[in-house]
This record gives sequence, C-alpha cells and structure tokens, in this order.
Amino acid sequence: MKYEAVIGLEVHIQLLTETKIFCGCSTRFGDAPNTNVCPVCLGMPGVLPVLNKKVVDFAIKLALATNCSIAPVSQFARKNYFYPDLPKNYQISQYEKPIAEHGWLEIDTQNGPKKIGIRRIHMEEDAGKLIHDESKPVSYVDFNRTGVPLLEIVSEPDIRTPEEAAQYLKTLRDIVVYLEICDGNMEEGSFRCDANISLRPMGSTELGVKTELKNMNSFKNVQKALEFEIRRQSALLDRGEKVVQETRLWDAARGVTVGMRTKEEEQDYRYFPDPDLVPVVVDKEWIDEVKNTVPELPRDKKLRFMDQYGLPEYDAEILVSDRHLADYFEETIVRFNRPKTVSNWILTELLRELNQRECSITQCPVSPERLAELLQLIDDETISAKIGKSVFEEMFSTGKSARTIVEEKGLKQVTDTDLLEKVVSEVLEQHPKEVEKYLGGAEKVIGFFVGQVMRKTQGKANPKLVNELLRKKLEEKRSK
Amino acid sequence: MSHRILDRDQVEHIAKLARLRLTEDEKDLMAEQLSSILDYVAKLNELDTTDVDPMHHAVDRSNVFRDDNPHKSIDHNEALANAPQTDGTFFIVPRVI
Repeated sequence: MKYEAVIGLEVHIQLLTETKIFCGCSTRFGDAPNTNVCPVCLGMPGVLPVLNKKVVDFAIKLALATNCSIAPVSQFARKNYFYPDLPKNYQISQYEKPIAEHGWLEIDTQNGPKKIGIRRIHMEEDAGKLIHDESKPVSYVDFNRTGVPLLEIVSEPDIRTPEEAAQYLKTLRDIVVYLEICDGNMEEGSFRCDANISLRPMGSTELGVKTELKNMNSFKNVQKALEFEIRRQSALLDRGEKVVQETRLWDAARGVTVGMRTKEEEQDYRYFPDPDLVPVVVDKEWIDEVKNTVPELPRDKKLRFMDQYGLPEYDAEILVSDRHLADYFEETIVRFNRPKTVSNWILTELLRELNQRECSITQCPVSPERLAELLQLIDDETISAKIGKSVFEEMFSTGKSARTIVEEKGLKQVTDTDLLEKVVSEVLEQHPKEVEKYLGGAEKVIGFFVGQVMRKTQGKANPKLVNELLRKKLEEKRSK
Repeated sequence: MSHRILDRDQVEHIAKLARLRLTEDEKDLMAEQLSSILDYVAKLNELDTTDVDPMHHAVDRSNVFRDDNPHKSIDHNEALANAPQTDGTFFIVPRVI
C-alpha cells in the first residue's frame, strides 16, 4: 500500500548565554569536568534557582521570529525522573504554560513554499553528560552542562517527507544563528533534534502509531533515519503487523533505527509547577524591546536579495547563509553598485581565501571598502581582471589596499597604444609562421599572439586593446 | 478509614517511580495511608471554585531574575566532596547503559 508519513520534530537549542539558566555558573564548552558547577546546578538541598533574564529575552526573540504568540504569564514545572545526569531528580522545564505557542515558519520545498506549524517553545535546563566505561561497570558524570539553558521547539506534525524535515531543520537553524541565540552546531550538540513519525494510508486523515527517533547528530542523519523508519513501518503495515509506540535510536554506522527497551512507567513524569520559581510575566513593552533586536531573517533576506539586486537564487542563498557575509555584500555594493559582479567575487575569490585560511568573514582582512576599491580599479580598466585576482590574494595576505599594491608592483594595465603597438609588431615579426597561418584563415592563432604580448608585458596589457591592435596589424599585412 | 482510593497496582507503580522496594505488607499499608491522605485532601473539591483564578504560585510575585553575569561559587574539590564515588574528576555512578 502507499503510505503518507506524518512527521513532527522536537528541537533543543543550547542558548548562547554566558551563564546557566538558574545560577551564575559559566556555560563554557570544553572546560575540565565538574568545574563549572555550584550547589544550585548540583541539586544540593535548600538552594534556590533564580532565572537568567537573558534566557527569557532569547525565548521572546525566537518566538517573534517564528510567528508565535507569547504567553503573558508563563510558569516553570518540574519533570520528575531518575537518571544520574540529573542531580535534582527532576528537570526544570515548562509544561502547561510555555513561554510561546502557535507559531509557524515557512520552508522551501520542491512544490514551493510550505508553512510548518510550531506548537510550542519552552525554556528548560540541560542535563549533565554521562561517559560510560567499557571496562568497568560504572558511568562517569560531568555536571558542567547541567543547567545550561535550552529552548525546546516543538513543531506541529505538518512535515510529510524526510526532505521537508531536513529543510525545516535548516530553516530553523539559520534563524537561531541569525538571531545569535544559538551557534547551531549539530555535531557538538548545541542544536539537537528528535523526530516523531507515523504512517497512514495515502488519503487517510487518521493518525497512525508513532515512534520517536533519537540520536541523530546531523541533518543528513535525521533524513536517513526518517527514510529508514518509513521503510520499516511500511513493511510492518504491509505484513498486517502493528507499529509499536516506542523510542528508537538511530545507529548511523549501521544505518538502522533500533528500539530502546523502555518501560511505560518511565514516561510518567508527574509534572507540577515548580514552587521555587515565580511566574514570568511578559508585557508588550518587553516584547517591543526585544523586537528591536530581531534582524531581517535569512529567508526574507534571500528573497529580497533576489528581488532587489536581481541575484540568482544560488548566489542569494550562499550570501545569506551567514548574516555577516550578507552584510559584507551589502556594504560592498554601497560603494560598487554591480551586485552580480560583487556576488561573483565574494562567492569565488573571497570564500576561497577565507576557507583556505579557515577564517570567518568577521575576521576578513579585506574590508568591503577595499574590495569595492579593487573592483573599481578593474572596472575602469586600471588593471585587468586577471591581475585583479592576484592583487586580491595579495590584499588578503598583506592587508594592503588594492591601489597600494598596484602602485608598488607597477601592475597598472598598459593602455598606451604606442607602446603596445610596438610590442605587437615585435611579436608578429618574431612569429612569421603563425602570421602565415592567420592569413591562411586560421584566425584562432590570434589567441597565441595575445598570449605572447601578455608575456612581454607581464600580463599588464589591456587585452581588448591588444586584440584590436593585433587584428589591425594582421589585416594590414593581408592587404599588402 | 474510608474506602481505598488507591489500589495496590497504583501503589506498586508509584513505588517503582520513586525507586522504592516495598514488602507486600507495606504495599497494603501504603495503599491504606495514601488513600486516607487523598481522601482528606479531596475535601477541597467540595468548594465551588468557578470564579477563582488558578493560583500559579504561593507568593504573589513574578519576574525574579538575575543578570547574565558569571560568577564562580564552589571549587572542583568541594563539588566532588559529597560524591558517592569519585576519581577526583568525575562523579562515578553504577553503569546506567
């Protein structure tokens, strides 16, 4: 039978705050185990959590960027379960009254744009990290991550294919990175995704039994795990068997999902309002304040770049992939208003140099002003495009301006007709055989002559002019 | 003592969630005692709360925040002082996987 997949995603993002959600411990990644801990995040008796205001700011920011309604009053709740990475034996999360609900974001699909609903966004604390010993029957616990602020973003089950799931994740990741609330690093776990998936016969509106997939640390793995799960569930249903509601772990090495033997009891979290934390009240004033810090979002920016600057989607997509790269582009075209030329230079020369030096755009030694100056020099034919590229490399490694490099190295294009005419005559005299060929109809030889002239002028001759002069001289010979 | 609100199965379930091991006698006793507690609290259901807003919190306050400024509190050794077992770096617990 033909089935339709119904997919909902739960994303956890680690927030880029300096301190944890309920205490002043640093959130720094990679510090020695159990050094960024205190009585609050270690769950010692009698301590009192106090909410980090920035976490609420960030939650409001994301809520605005995903078209959510922000709750005037929201409340923290305790989610009770025993696990060694959770020292209090409960996680502080939000349950009945999340900070934001009922939003959506738009993704690009093969059939055009599609809205994916956001059911809710809530604030919570991260758990610690467990390391298991292969040789001894013990686990090691590092509580540095305990209490690092998280936002959980729960989508509606509006996703129908693994590709849409990947696209949703990419769109959401781009947004949180743009908002500068999360670094979006899936491999390091600062952007995590669990997926719920069920199948139903095509055309049916009832929901099937779902499984929850975990342990996918890249967009590609999410997509592959969902693809696998669709095959697995289809095969079960085709055989008349039932899908069991369970959590399954993605095994990337084997490319399969494996059922976790969990008992029903473990899902009984007995949520209740946390008496240690007072309600969070967000008024219009606060929302307006945060609204001012929400930048233009990546998808809007992409569409604007295509519309306003006439860029192809491919160019726009790459330029907006990094907010600072998009800014760099726009700062450059303020001074050199040829969007496509600027885009070409950024996409090829600039990104190549940055990648080679493993350097980010914010550390780029060539400022937008200087790139514009270089492009101007090429545009007014002071230097050739080819020399321009080597000047650019030089700018990158020395930090000097294009004008300085051109002057120091004497790279100005030779547009002096008398001088070039002399060189052209020389070249023709030195290569009588090629001249014969040209006159015999093999006009392609002109490329050879241009090359010779360029060599004699160290690449500085204006190629257009050289071409003209060559043709003029050769035609003169023909008529003689 | 009134009728039991909680049966033995529910007591077993709660005990399991709380990681408690109860003897058969204790299960009966707990069913009895927890039932009477619930029964007592159930008296509140007799009140008409139609026009009463749900109480979010016992104290009438909201928006207690801290600024996002890091501060060091206890050092590494103090943190590990109460660990059931440690190697000087980690808390060590019985294997959970």
